[in-house]
Amino acid sequence: MSEDWPLFEVFIRSRSGLEHKHVGSLHAADARMAIEHARDVYTRRQEGVSIWVVRSADLIASDPQEAESLFEPARDKVYRHPTFYAIPEEVKNL
Amino acid sequence: MNAVSGAASPADGEHGAMRPEAHFRCVLRLGDTSLVLGQRLSEWIGHAPELEEDLALANLALDLIGQARLLLAYAGELEGHGRDEDALAFLRDATEFTNLTLAEQPNGDFGHTLVRQWLLDSWQLEIYQGLIASTDARLAAIAAKALKETRYHYRFSSGWLVRLGDGTEESHLRVQGALDHLWRFTPELFAPDDIDERMQAAGVAPSLAELGPQWSRRIDADLAAATLQRPAAQPYPWHGKRGVHTEHLGHMLGEMQYLQRAYPGARW
Amino acid sequence: MYTQALDIHGKDPVPSADGERAQLAERFQARIDAEERIEPKDWMPEAYRQTLIRQISQHAHSEIVGMLPEGNWITRAPTLKRKVVLIAKVQDEGGHGLYLYSAAETLGVARSELIAQLLAGTAKYSSIFNYPTLTWADIGAIGWLVDGAAIMNQIPLCRCSYGPYARAMVRICKEESFHQRQGFEIMLTLAGGSPAQRAMAQDALNRWWWPSLMMFGPSDADSKHTAQSMRWKIKRFSNDELRQKFVDTTVPQAQFLGLTVPDPELRWDEATQHYRIGAIDWSEFNAVLKGNGPCNRERLAARRAAHDSGGWVRAAAAAHAQKEPRGAARAA
Repeated sequence: MSEDWPLFEVFIRSRSGLEHKHVGSLHAADARMAIEHARDVYTRRQEGVSIWVVRSADLIASDPQEAESLFEPARDKVYRHPTFYAIPEEVKNL
Repeated sequence: MNAVSGAASPADGEHGAMRPEAHFRCVLRLGDTSLVLGQRLSEWIGHAPELEEDLALANLALDLIGQARLLLAYAGELEGHGRDEDALAFLRDATEFTNLTLAEQPNGDFGHTLVRQWLLDSWQLEIYQGLIASTDARLAAIAAKALKETRYHYRFSSGWLVRLGDGTEESHLRVQGALDHLWRFTPELFAPDDIDERMQAAGVAPSLAELGPQWSRRIDADLAAATLQRPAAQPYPWHGKRGVHTEHLGHMLGEMQYLQRAYPGARW
Repeated sequence: MYTQALDIHGKDPVPSADGERAQLAERFQARIDAEERIEPKDWMPEAYRQTLIRQISQHAHSEIVGMLPEGNWITRAPTLKRKVVLIAKVQDEGGHGLYLYSAAETLGVARSELIAQLLAGTAKYSSIFNYPTLTWADIGAIGWLVDGAAIMNQIPLCRCSYGPYARAMVRICKEESFHQRQGFEIMLTLAGGSPAQRAMAQDALNRWWWPSLMMFGPSDADSKHTAQSMRWKIKRFSNDELRQKFVDTTVPQAQFLGLTVPDPELRWDEATQHYRIGAIDWSEFNAVLKGNGPCNRERLAARRAAHDSGGWVRAAAAAHAQKEPRGAARAA
């Protein structure tokens, strides 16, 4: 047990990307090592310009059982989308 | 023939003039050190203490052999006898290799490998940083690329030095032992010989005498963080740069060069 | 392929009086049928979870053990270019093992537990890695044949029902493309080289052909678990289908190389538009799976040695991490 290294989740933002994406996990003894491992494992093909690592134990995820109540109510609120609104074509910059 | 150096001594010419032979040797030494160290690291693949470290050591090996390819190819051009990177890597005998003696030392355990790596990474940091200002544009370009790699290698090896030095009692004893064993090869790192001095005078290479104390200060800082003791100076003069090696290199080359030697002239 | 000895007996779902489990199972199957992805925290039948853990971990173990036969030639690669290419390939294999262990861990098992099973000899890995690499040509044959076979299996798995496994496979497939090409290129160079090199290439093909065919596993008529795995979309094609595809693709490549496939019964069947092969010696396959192949002991011994000799290193890193405040990352 004293040899075990904790699990870290890895997020990479690619050269062309705008946000960090989850790419997988790896084991490391400490944060500095986790960054190096993430670099060695997940950016060999020039995929990355930025790395985030988070201890898996610290990652909080939504419960799939609650997916309905978390996400369904947003579906009928179409007025949040710009296409809901009819603006005459002659009006510019809207 | 100079019995110690194993190389023909260039006749003394004008002060500061760059001898083609010295230029070739200067680049060759850098390439040989990277090649031998890369070959040693590649022996670890599939046998590292953790899967992630297998990838890390492979990464180091790839970078170092990559440096060797660029440097040896350039050295071959400077020599002008038509030898390419492979002819230099696979068809020279041990007495013609000019790597630092430290690089050819066997891997031992992970701690031993890391201490060797850290000593050479910190050496390469000084050397490549110094070479960026070289009057030799091609060498400067190679050094600039290699420096980025070396910064990462140094981050890796110095990080591990601290983890192992300041880890468990067992790890501390192992790396202190490795350091005590390998320290005797470090004087060669910054001891200039006639080729180093010629290259410095020509503006091709930095001054080893100036870089030595910088390296030493960095070493001391890392050792303090790792709770390790700097060993006492051990004055035996190693001459790997001049082709006089330890017994280890012959065995390493025997393995590395076997296919080209067994099938002379074959294309692979 | 990587699950040639998969056995899911004893892990069938326990029928429940309240019918809730049956309802969940029905909804689960409906999601699978609709090509929906199952993600780590979703409800899944216990048998599905266990089957996946075994399949993914066996695949991961195969990648790690697979580093050894090719790793055997890194220090002896005949040119610097071949050396760096081989190092990069073996490094990728280690990386693939990592992606797969990572996917397995999402199912609630720790990597250390899976590794312990491998080192204890209770976990299986692909039979092919129990064969020795005796010449440089073996490195070419492995890339061409073994990676070629692996690709056949891996592409369909990119659409497997379990999200983390499918995503790992997509990553692996992207990286795999150079693996086969570098192997074939080696074979091409040797086949077009000196008589000694041509003989080396033919000898490697002679030794790696049949074990590569065996990689796909026994005929589905003899494989009890194919049907359930297919229903769960963990397996997308049958062993025989994949093996046939491999033969049809690879024989013309051998012909291009000017090498002879070591099967006197090999012939083109005009009616079915497929190659027909001779009988596979399944007794050899079973012997290798049981641990009696040429290199089983050596492979496990190497992995055990690496693990055991690295214990103090892992312990030191863990101990050092305890000494630092949590979350601290020393500046580079």
